[in-house]
Amino acid sequence: MTQLRTAPRLAEPDEFYAALMEAHRALDDAASRKLDAKLILLLANHIGDMTVLRQALAIAQGGKPEE
Amino acid sequence: MPTTYTQPRYAFRPHPGGEEHAPLVIVGAGLVGLTAALDLARRGQRVVVLDEDDTVSFGSRAICFAKRTLEIFARLGLGDRFLAKGITWNQGRVFFQSREAYSFNLLPEDGHEFPAFVNLQQYYAEQWLVEACEATGLVDLRWKSRVTGVENHADGARLSVETPAGSYSLHADWLLAADGARSLIRETLGLAFTGQVFRDRFLIADVVMTAPFPTERWFWFDPPFHPGQSVLLHKQPDDVWRIDFQLGWDADPEREKDPERVRQRVKAMLGPDVPFDLEWVSVYTFRCRRMERFRHGRVFFLGDAAHQVSPFGARGGNGGVQDADNLCWKLAAVLRGEAGEALLDSYDAERIPAADENILNSTRSTDFITPKNAAARAWRDAVLELAEDWPLARPLVNSGRLSRPSTLWNSPLNGPDEMPGLAPPGTPAPDAPVMRGERRDWLLRHIGADGGFTLLAREVTPVPLPGITTLVLTDTPRPGTLLDHSGLAAARYGLSPGECVLLRPDQHVAARFTTAAPAPILAARDKALGHGPLGR
Repeated sequence: MTQLRTAPRLAEPDEFYAALMEAHRALDDAASRKLDAKLILLLANHIGDMTVLRQALAIAQGGKPEE
Repeated sequence: MPTTYTQPRYAFRPHPGGEEHAPLVIVGAGLVGLTAALDLARRGQRVVVLDEDDTVSFGSRAICFAKRTLEIFARLGLGDRFLAKGITWNQGRVFFQSREAYSFNLLPEDGHEFPAFVNLQQYYAEQWLVEACEATGLVDLRWKSRVTGVENHADGARLSVETPAGSYSLHADWLLAADGARSLIRETLGLAFTGQVFRDRFLIADVVMTAPFPTERWFWFDPPFHPGQSVLLHKQPDDVWRIDFQLGWDADPEREKDPERVRQRVKAMLGPDVPFDLEWVSVYTFRCRRMERFRHGRVFFLGDAAHQVSPFGARGGNGGVQDADNLCWKLAAVLRGEAGEALLDSYDAERIPAADENILNSTRSTDFITPKNAAARAWRDAVLELAEDWPLARPLVNSGRLSRPSTLWNSPLNGPDEMPGLAPPGTPAPDAPVMRGERRDWLLRHIGADGGFTLLAREVTPVPLPGITTLVLTDTPRPGTLLDHSGLAAARYGLSPGECVLLRPDQHVAARFTTAAPAPILAARDKALGHGPLGR
């Protein structure tokens, strides 16, 4: 079964973060929310695996790594 | 007032009063109660039906009759009327603001007698059911007869009935409560009805117009003519169009029913140049909830009395008709002494999961249509905006997941499956085109037609079995058989030559066999009649 990859994988983390900030810069709260939602929808479809998505959701909700 | 339909008034016949006894009583002559009455009467049972009114329902109400429901009505002899009068549709369109976000086609598979849906005002269905009930000579329809009290005893239910000519007491050996979401039977017996209330209001307008809209289901999210809310449009017979406007929780239901206000809403939607008349207006809120159990001794709850869903997905009326389909053959089998009362527990085992499936689907639709907070709205709008250009978002658009028949996966009545794959036990029997002699025919017309079990066998003639009707499918014409000229029957049931399928009286697969050897078939029939352990 595929597991959510939790080790760092982004070659350019600062660049990714900056791109996100840039996308949000001119937006109000509602538009920002919608942008994030679209982003997650696109990525979720790319992942396409409910198990992995549930793992990600659990971590986002405050889940901790297993010891 | 409706201009396209004249409501029939049914005669009230005074009752002599006092005490009366009846084997079978149904409370509620609505869509579900009448379906049950007709089904039981066609199985030879005498039925008393009590209803407080003397006519059919008012307004369009349930409008989308699903394929499985149409197959049930066909079994009850009304299929042609639904097809002739109803509006068949396959195409749905979803709009977001001023643009089309997505369209879908129900793409019904060829080779079925009935389409995925027909639209029809509920009053037609009820009127035809009343006529068919009367034609049996076995249904005692008592109009203007209001139940005011009920006691549930081990040997049946005692009803107090009030009529314009006085009151009487009616003891029912078996009672079917089909008296709607505010069921007096359920409330009087103090039975819980729990679930989720949705903080929203909807306006239904039945509008008469000759409009250029195609025969499609149109759904708008946040349209310019009704900002921030949703609107649903369906075409019905007689140039009646059903429009559902979402109003939000803060709307004042009385004010919203004002015809002038409704006219303004409809005009905003249709544009200034489309003339129309208002037939019927109603404002409603809805809940998704059900009873813990639908059987309480000798009292059964059906339809909205037992479970309630949001209207998105056409799962209310269709679910209720399927309750009647499930219960009536069992009850008739018990009354004829062919089955023990334990069989009736399977009504709960089979229909509670079906109700849960309907509630789950309609709750999810409602959550999409009525976002609960800013985040939910952002997500919904994100889905709708992406859907126009990106197919990946389209499966997430939820304007109602339209009613599909429930498969009785874990039913205690299911027998063996000797060739797993297609149409496993618990599946509603698939239809297929067949030939009987020179005549084009449909397979489902022959399944359960005589009220009993059917053994569908391919290229083999089983020995006659007591209480089971044999139906032989052949690949080449042979007298007394059904010719599977297209091969669809064998394909849909996954039947190789020599194999057979046992079907229940309600057209569900009971068991599947690689040979027509009698012993396992009879054992499966007994299991489907509830003989033997019924534990889940």
